[in-house]
Amino acid sequence: MEDLILTMIVRLILPFIQIYGYYIIIHGHLSPGGGFPGGAIIGASMILFALAFNLKEGSNKISHDTSTLLESGGAFGFAALGFLGVFMGSNYLSNRAAGFPLGIPGNLISSGMIFLISIFIGVKVASTFITLFFNLVEGKTHD
Amino acid sequence: MTAVLTMIFQYLLLIFLVVCALAVARTRDLLGAVIIFASYSLVMAILWQQLEAPDVAVTEAAIGAGVTSLLFIVVISKTRRME
Repeated sequence: MEDLILTMIVRLILPFIQIYGYYIIIHGHLSPGGGFPGGAIIGASMILFALAFNLKEGSNKISHDTSTLLESGGAFGFAALGFLGVFMGSNYLSNRAAGFPLGIPGNLISSGMIFLISIFIGVKVASTFITLFFNLVEGKTHD
Repeated sequence: MTAVLTMIFQYLLLIFLVVCALAVARTRDLLGAVIIFASYSLVMAILWQQLEAPDVAVTEAAIGAGVTSLLFIVVISKTRRME
């Protein structure tokens, strides 16, 4: 079932939703938000796309294999960034002691690795929501 | 004057919140209950912002009003609509 008004509205507002999600993730250390809310917004935008068009088209955009890969990759990236501090001779998830440069406070690149960790958390959360939704939708119907 | 108006606004939101919570518990139509719960979440997000917790407000608006309602609606479409 495809509705013309619904698909046109979704096609118009979807880029703005996604850019808002990316903005929240990237500015996680400067403004409210961070990896989790931004990832949730991006995941919700993909769910909205799959609901407004059809489910087959939605799972063509992000297949199950891609979603699983992104989910595991986000968790692995977070852990690997944490172990970088251990390899540099400091604690797990240490920031400046692991050699990440701290820029001028207030700039976009001013937090060392918090920036990278927010991106990994965002990828993980977004793909988790997409996987959750598709697994629920494609399951069996109960009455 | 502004402080009084802000207080009236906050009390109105709190009353709406309590009414929404009672209505969710009493509604027999599950789809209606999900929609009321989404509006509850949206008002809760505004209240978090009024309590100077914008981080929680962003999360509440994205998770509570967005993703949770969608997952509930999917579950309702898999099962029955009336309780």
